[in-house]
Amino acid sequence: MADMRVNLAGVELKNPVTVASGTFGFGREYSEFFDISKLGGISVKGLTPLPRQGNPAPRIAETPMGMLNSVGLQNPGVDAFIAHELPWLKAQGTVIIANISGSTPEEYGEMCEKLSAAGVDMIEVNISCPNVKAGGLAYGTRPELAAEVTTVAKAHAAVPVMVKLSPNVTDITEITKAVEGAGADAISLINTLRGMVIDVKTRRPILKMNTGGLSGPAVLPIAVRMVWEVHNAVKLPILGMGGVSSGSDAAQLMLAGAAAVAVGAATFADPMAPIRVLEELGELCDSQGLSSVTQLTGAVQPW
Amino acid sequence: MQVETSCKILYKDAPNPHAIRFELAVGDMVERSCKAPGQFVHIKCGPQRLLRRPISVCSCQSGPAGDDLLTVVFEVRGEGTAWLAQRREGDCLDVLGLLGNGFHMEPQGRYLLVGGGIGVPPMLGCAENAPSRCDAVLGFRDSSHALLLNEFSAHCGSVAVATEDGSLGERGFVTGPVEALLEKNRYDAVLCCGPRPMLKAVAGLAARLGLPCQVSLEERMACGVGACLGCAVPMADGSMKHVCKDGPIFNAGEVDWNG
Repeated sequence: MADMRVNLAGVELKNPVTVASGTFGFGREYSEFFDISKLGGISVKGLTPLPRQGNPAPRIAETPMGMLNSVGLQNPGVDAFIAHELPWLKAQGTVIIANISGSTPEEYGEMCEKLSAAGVDMIEVNISCPNVKAGGLAYGTRPELAAEVTTVAKAHAAVPVMVKLSPNVTDITEITKAVEGAGADAISLINTLRGMVIDVKTRRPILKMNTGGLSGPAVLPIAVRMVWEVHNAVKLPILGMGGVSSGSDAAQLMLAGAAAVAVGAATFADPMAPIRVLEELGELCDSQGLSSVTQLTGAVQPW
Repeated sequence: MQVETSCKILYKDAPNPHAIRFELAVGDMVERSCKAPGQFVHIKCGPQRLLRRPISVCSCQSGPAGDDLLTVVFEVRGEGTAWLAQRREGDCLDVLGLLGNGFHMEPQGRYLLVGGGIGVPPMLGCAENAPSRCDAVLGFRDSSHALLLNEFSAHCGSVAVATEDGSLGERGFVTGPVEALLEKNRYDAVLCCGPRPMLKAVAGLAARLGLPCQVSLEERMACGVGACLGCAVPMADGSMKHVCKDGPIFNAGEVDWNG
């Protein structure tokens, strides 16, 4: 049996399979399907300083082997999360990653301070939500803004800071280097890709917000390519995500350079997907005679 | 613990030329997770589609030893339901359920059940749950879309039918017969499933008489269990609730009908 433990910016995960922010709530729903302590980590639904209602429905549109969402960061706010969700989550026996979105660098800093004090294991700074007007994607597409947010987050966080990057950019390495220069401890990618689906009968977009973020199996090759580009550009550990629904999908992201992976939309189709991915990844390591799953990271042999 | 279940299609037929009915063998799903009529199941529609399709339960019964039965009735609306419609008796479906809350029904309560179109089948579970303590008003586009009339008659004191073209029962919408029955009889609540304009109209009639009304809402859905926050519906108090976990059944008074 291969050793499945991995280290992500100083945080030890019992295995490299985590669940992506926005696809797993605060863990309670899927704890009714499986023992969530088996996960390497949980990245919680994106948090903001104040509660957010999110966007009007429809928020979901199916696409070929994928889906668009325009949820718009609906969440109870960071204080309610700390008071009502975090105590239960911390008792589950897995690494808790707090995903945060702000509309100013100061908001990111404030949340980093509160969440560090409350005892999360890691903070994932979301600078890539395509579904909110303020902050969000704007920070993720301009290197100087991404660096500023990272600097402020690092100054206020007492736990490792991971920055979640947007794929909606021309050159992902440019922003990665800016974030590394500002002191980020890790990088996670990819967030969703902006997309649009139109109902040809009504000539209306399915989503009330017109556009939304694409995820699901359709985006896996883009995620693999971007993780590979980032891995080649910086030294930072990478949490890879985007379209993972099998152990071999997870292995692809790790071979491209990810230290760990996150399962996202696949869980909507199959609530057991994270556990199945973990089991299949373990079997794949064993079949290749690996002593540790970490041997996959960056081991692609490009032409 | 919730589990996905591989469910065999025991029986397939067409209760009208536009709808398909499956009777499914669902293991211990009903015993394990049935709360009340009006819940739904989340069905995987083939390997080429990421998202499941939420379909309301028409009726279900728990068996003595993990041989529970569950009936769904659906119409083809898109690629997912088209795939589902092509399944045959003996095929297995990947089913998640039962999900959602269901209608709140008191043991001795009297109910007016109102269904519209493909919103009619879920009301049968209510009728079975309150035999002879309910009346039904069922609305259809035309006579070819009518379904389950005998099944409702077996459980309800009276069954009124309205069709938009008058080809069966009263011509017009359900609101005519609903108004007449509400004036004539005493009910503890109105329970309703169908297109949103119908729900809104029936909720308005019930509200005028100060009668509780519960409605089954629909929204595009991904996870079905409350994790993705996709299926949001605005409430009258300005909050957002979710069809899959807070619903699909809501008190009509809490819904923002203009949202």
